[in-house]
Amino acid sequence: MTTFVQQSSQPAPGDEPGSRTGQLGPNDASGQPEPRPISRLLPAPGKSSLDLRAHLRRHGQVPYRGRQGQLIEDLRAAGLTGRGGAAFPVHRKLSAVLSAPGRAVVVANGAEGEPASSKDKALLLLNPHLVLDGIQLAAEATGATDAVLYVALDAEKARWLNNLIAARRNANLDRLQVRLFAAPPKFLAGQESALASRISGGKALPAFAPPRVFERGVDGRPTFVSNVETLAHLSLIARYGPAWFTSAGTPDEPGTMICTLHQADGRMDLTEAALGTPLAELLDLRKAGAVLTGGYHGAWLPTATAARLTLANASLRRHGASVGAGVLAALPAGRCGLLETARVARYLALESAGQCGPCRNGLPRIAGALADLANVGQGRRPNATLLQDLDRWSWLVYKRGACAHPDGTVRFVTSALKTFEAEITAHRQGRCTGTITRPFLPLGGESM
Amino acid sequence: MSSSSTALWYASRATGVVCLLLFTAVILLGLLVSRQGKLPGLPKFGVVHLHRYLSLLGIAFLAIHVLTAVADSYVNISLAAAIIPFVSKYQPFWLGLGAVSIDLMIAIIVTSLVRSRINRRTWRLVHWLAYACWPIAIAHSIGAGPDVRHGPLLWLTLACTATVAVAIAVRTAASQRTPAPDTQIRQLLADQSTQLQPARGDDPPRPSRIQNQTEAAYR
Amino acid sequence: MNATQGLHSQELKLRVNPIACSGHGVCAELLPELISIDEWGYPLLADIPVPAHLARQARRTVTDCPALALLLTRK
Repeated sequence: MTTFVQQSSQPAPGDEPGSRTGQLGPNDASGQPEPRPISRLLPAPGKSSLDLRAHLRRHGQVPYRGRQGQLIEDLRAAGLTGRGGAAFPVHRKLSAVLSAPGRAVVVANGAEGEPASSKDKALLLLNPHLVLDGIQLAAEATGATDAVLYVALDAEKARWLNNLIAARRNANLDRLQVRLFAAPPKFLAGQESALASRISGGKALPAFAPPRVFERGVDGRPTFVSNVETLAHLSLIARYGPAWFTSAGTPDEPGTMICTLHQADGRMDLTEAALGTPLAELLDLRKAGAVLTGGYHGAWLPTATAARLTLANASLRRHGASVGAGVLAALPAGRCGLLETARVARYLALESAGQCGPCRNGLPRIAGALADLANVGQGRRPNATLLQDLDRWSWLVYKRGACAHPDGTVRFVTSALKTFEAEITAHRQGRCTGTITRPFLPLGGESM
Repeated sequence: MSSSSTALWYASRATGVVCLLLFTAVILLGLLVSRQGKLPGLPKFGVVHLHRYLSLLGIAFLAIHVLTAVADSYVNISLAAAIIPFVSKYQPFWLGLGAVSIDLMIAIIVTSLVRSRINRRTWRLVHWLAYACWPIAIAHSIGAGPDVRHGPLLWLTLACTATVAVAIAVRTAASQRTPAPDTQIRQLLADQSTQLQPARGDDPPRPSRIQNQTEAAYR
Repeated sequence: MNATQGLHSQELKLRVNPIACSGHGVCAELLPELISIDEWGYPLLADIPVPAHLARQARRTVTDCPALALLLTRK
C-alpha cells in the first residue's frame, strides 16, 4: 500500500469542485480504504518543480497585481489561514502590516522548529518556486522593501537555494532580492518575535508583546511573518483565484495542508490533504494505541475518538485538540504513552527560552514529575502528590510566559493525563502497560 | 572675607559633606534593591522607597551646596558653572567634575521621576550612570575641598569609598554566581528523583519516502 | 453617559512583563488586593479590572517595581 501522495491530476483553474474532498478510493488488499490524494503543493514522486523553466511553464510568471493591497481581497475571499500552526487569517495579517507605519519586511518562516514536522523543509526542497513567488506577492501587497527566507540550513543547501534565487533575479522574476537567513535549530526559533529578534541581529528569543511584529518586528519595522507553506498557497490563489482554493477543504476551513504523518509501523510520510479529511484516512489507526494531533503543543486523543474526527479545527477543538502545523502521530500499540509524553515534556522544558520565571521553574518540574510517573517497574511507585503537583504547576505556568510555549506544553501534558488515564492507574500500582521502551516520537532537530 | 561669605562658604562645604553621606547611602540602597534585599524591620518596598527619598533629600542638599557656593562672593563661581562643566574661573577642573556629576544626576533623577512612562531600557541605561556619577562626585570633593584631604573628612571619604567598593564587589560576585537560565533548567531536571530510563537501542532515523525523493530530486 | 459607563471607559488592567520580572515581590507588598506571589516568587495578578479606589495605588505600584515589569493598560 502506498501512503505517498500520487498526483492524479494537477491543480488548475478548471478543476471540478469537490472531486477530491474527503472521498475514499477503492480498498487496497489489506482492507484499508485508500485515500484519494490531492496535490497542489507537493509534486508526484519522480517529478519535481525545481526547474525554473518547468515552474514557469506550469504556473507562469509571478502574477503581480500592480498595486499594494490588491491581493488581500482575494485572500479574504479564499479564507487562507496560516499553515504554521496558529491558523491566523492571512488577509488580516497583510492588512495589519500594510497599515502599520514604516517600510515593511516580509519574512518567509521555514524554521520549522517542531522536530516532528518536516513539511516545510520538504516544500522548500520540492517546490521552492511557489514559496519564492509567494514572498514577492506578499511584498507587493504590503509595500515591503526587504524580504527574508528564514530557514535552518547546511552550507550545501544554502548555496543551492541562493542559486535558485539568483536564477530568478536573472530571469527578472523577482522585484525584491530575497535574503537567506539561518534559523537556529531550536523549537522556538520560528516564534514570530524570536524570529524578528534573530533577523535583527539578536538572539532567537521571544519578546514581550505589545508591540507585535506586524507593528514593530525586524529592525523595528512592520514585519509580515508567514509560514512557507502559507506563502505557497498564497501564490496559487493569486493565479487561480479564491474559488479554486475553496474547491477543496471545508467551508469554514478551506484548502489543503501538508501533513507530517508518523505511522504506527514507524514510517514517516508527508501527505497533502484537504482540510476536513477524516484522520482515519491519514493515519492507519488499526494498530494505534493513541493519536497525537497538532505536534508537541497539540493534544493526545484516544484512538476511538480520533477515528471520528477530521483534519479541521472545527472538529478537533471540541476535544481540546487542533490541527496545528499538521503533525499527526499514531502511537503504536505496546508503547507507553506516558513515557513518550515524559520524553517530549523534557525536551520542551529544555527548549524553554528561560526568560520568564514561571516557565523556567514550571516546565522542568512538570517534566520531572512526568518522568517520575513514567518510570515504573521493580515495584517502584511514583510520588503520592504527583498528580496534584502536575495540576498546580500546569496552572502556574499557563499564560504566564511571554510566549505560548508554556501554554502549548500544558495543553500537551493535560491531554496526555486525560488520554492515558488507564496507564496512570497502572503506573501508580507500579505496573506499565507498554512493552517497548524505544522512543517513538522524534526529538532530534535536523536542519535541511 | 566677610562673615556672611564665611558662613556661605562653610554652608557649602557642610552641605557637601551631607551630600557625600546621603548619596553613599543612596548607592548602597540601590545595590540592595538590585539584590532583592531587605532591611531589618522594613518590608521590601521600604528599601525602594528609602532609596528614592534619600536621593531626593540629597538633591535638596546638593542645591543648597551649589547655591551657597554661587552666592559666596569670595570665590567667583557662576550658576552656569554648576551645570556646564569646566567653565568656572575658579578651579575649573575640580568644579567641572562637580558639574559633570550634577548633569548625570539630573538625567538620573528626571528619568526616574517619569520611569513608568519611558522605555524600560532607556531608564536602565541612564540609571547605570550612577556608577559614574558617584566616583566623579568623590573626585570633585577631593579636588575642590581642601578639608577633605586630611583629618576626619578624609577618613569619612575613605570609609564611604571603601563601603561602596565592597558593596559593588559583593553585588558583582552574586550576579556571577547566579546560573544562566539553561543551567537552572538543567539543574531542575537533574534534581528530579528519577531519570527517564535510557532508551535501549534507539531506532535509526527513519527514511521516509519523501525524504529519499527530496535527496534525489535536488541533486 | 452614566457613572458605570464612565468607569468602564477608564477600565485599567494590570499586566506583568514576564521577561523583565525578576520576582522581586515589591508589587505584592504594595497592592496585596490584586497581586499575590506564587511559590517561585513571581506575581499572580487578579484577572479583574483595577477597581477605581485602587487606581492610584496601582499607579504607585507600577512606578515602584524595581524592574519596571508591571504595567497598567487602559482598555
